[in-house]
Amino acid sequence: MEGQNVEELLAKAERDEAEKLQRITVHKELELEFDLGNLLASDRNPPTGLRRAGPSPEAELQALARDNTQLLINQLWQLPTERVEEALVARLPEPTTRLPREKPVPRPRPLTRWQQFARLKGIRPKKKTNLVWDEVSGQWRRRWGYQRARDDTKEWLIEVPGGADPLEDQFAKRIQAKKERVAKNELNRLRNLARAHKMQLPSTGGMHPTGHQSKEELGRAMQVAKVSTASVGRFQERLPKEKAPRGSGKKRKFQPLFGDFAAEKKSQLELLRVMNSKKPQLDVTRATNKQMREEDQEEAAKRRKMSQKGKRKGGRQGAGGQRKGGPPSQGGKRKGGLGGKVNSGPPRLGGKRKGGQHQGGKRRK
Amino acid sequence: MRPLTEEETRVMFEKIAKYIGENLQLLVDRPDGTYCFRLHNDRVYYVSEKILKLAANISGDKLVSLGTCFGKFTKTHKFRLHITALDYLAPYAKYKVWIKPGAEQSFLYGNHVLKSGLGRITENTCQYQGVVVYSMADVPLGTHILLRYKRPEIGDSFANSSQVQLKKKKKKCLHSGKHSTGKNLAILT
Repeated sequence: MEGQNVEELLAKAERDEAEKLQRITVHKELELEFDLGNLLASDRNPPTGLRRAGPSPEAELQALARDNTQLLINQLWQLPTERVEEALVARLPEPTTRLPREKPVPRPRPLTRWQQFARLKGIRPKKKTNLVWDEVSGQWRRRWGYQRARDDTKEWLIEVPGGADPLEDQFAKRIQAKKERVAKNELNRLRNLARAHKMQLPSTGGMHPTGHQSKEELGRAMQVAKVSTASVGRFQERLPKEKAPRGSGKKRKFQPLFGDFAAEKKSQLELLRVMNSKKPQLDVTRATNKQMREEDQEEAAKRRKMSQKGKRKGGRQGAGGQRKGGPPSQGGKRKGGLGGKVNSGPPRLGGKRKGGQHQGGKRRK
Repeated sequence: MRPLTEEETRVMFEKIAKYIGENLQLLVDRPDGTYCFRLHNDRVYYVSEKILKLAANISGDKLVSLGTCFGKFTKTHKFRLHITALDYLAPYAKYKVWIKPGAEQSFLYGNHVLKSGLGRITENTCQYQGVVVYSMADVPLGTHILLRYKRPEIGDSFANSSQVQLKKKKKKCLHSGKHSTGKNLAILT
């Protein structure tokens, strides 16, 4: 018996193994092509199974996908593995498939002024070394840039040239010249850029003094000069009698005449909705008036009861609650606004009530 | 000619809403056509889309009026409602006042209306409310503000009641504007 059980178990184990093996081995007529760098597997087998399937090849498609994925994963398992922070990782090889461009080809930029000139003259760029031997510091320094070899602004001794003014600051002169060169270079760079993007730089068209300019041109030049400071003209003083320029603000922009009518309607309705929502639902004066009126009526009723009791004590029964000017508290036309509040004429907020006297309608004045 | 800005629309709506309240959205959103407000020479015109498209073909200095003039913006950007808006306000009025035939003429010539000239008045009208004045034959005459009104309570004698004063805005037959006669008149209605 046990022998039988053991045999059965062994057979079962064998069957399981075979099944597993069957699952991971896939038979294909043509081998797949793998690009493991992109995790890509290309199957060139003819899809006869799919064609035979008919209108809904779902099961066949799924089987095909499973098989191909199994093959790909088999390949991945054969890659060299390594351990990265407690995870077993396979290192993928370089991708072999060349993917197409993501963005379109850049269009050719127009040549800069120097490039045009060089092309015209046939000037080729000469190959120059990056480093130059600097005698002064005794080391190899750059040809240009940070800590370059021959920087004339960094010299500590400058001989005053023959014909120059002895009181002139030569150091400052050199620094000034360098600043001008840098500014010129920057301007040329911006001009090249503007030409490349077909834009226009803000021009100083009529701003150079010619001696034959009209009043308007001079005014315009003056305005531009005033605004061309670091604080955009905020701290520039004006002459004693000079007036502030009118209309120097931005021109107002309005909606177009035939804009989107639906959008216009929607925005107007939205505005109305906001307006209506802001109005208070409760009219304060009416509410307070109503409250005071109710209190008056209560007091009146109480007083009537007291007087009735008194009269009864004395032997006489008073008439009902009819008093002069006693307003009807219920019924009739309710001219209240919301919730039946009654408007009692001009609003009387916090009115003084003369205690003990029942004055009826006149009190509302 | 241009559409109104947000601020201008708000000011105008607030003014008109005093007389017609939330019925204003029926003017903005109409089932029978697209109507819009346009500003021309500080006056606000309520004009249908069809007429607006025709009016766009006329140059600004030659255009006198288009559609219906609802009112104008003053120099300090306050909105003043004109009598020409009455035809559009009257059907949507929330509070109405009917005046007797005797007071009607006096009202049309610009005087205040006393309580004795008052025929009927809508319920719940409170003080300083914008109302539309009608004659007894239900002809709208103008728009007003109710200045002082005390509703009679049962038990009050009429001797106690105060006056009803209505501020006037009478109906004039001709719209006297500041347009010079030199312009080619182009009034599209």
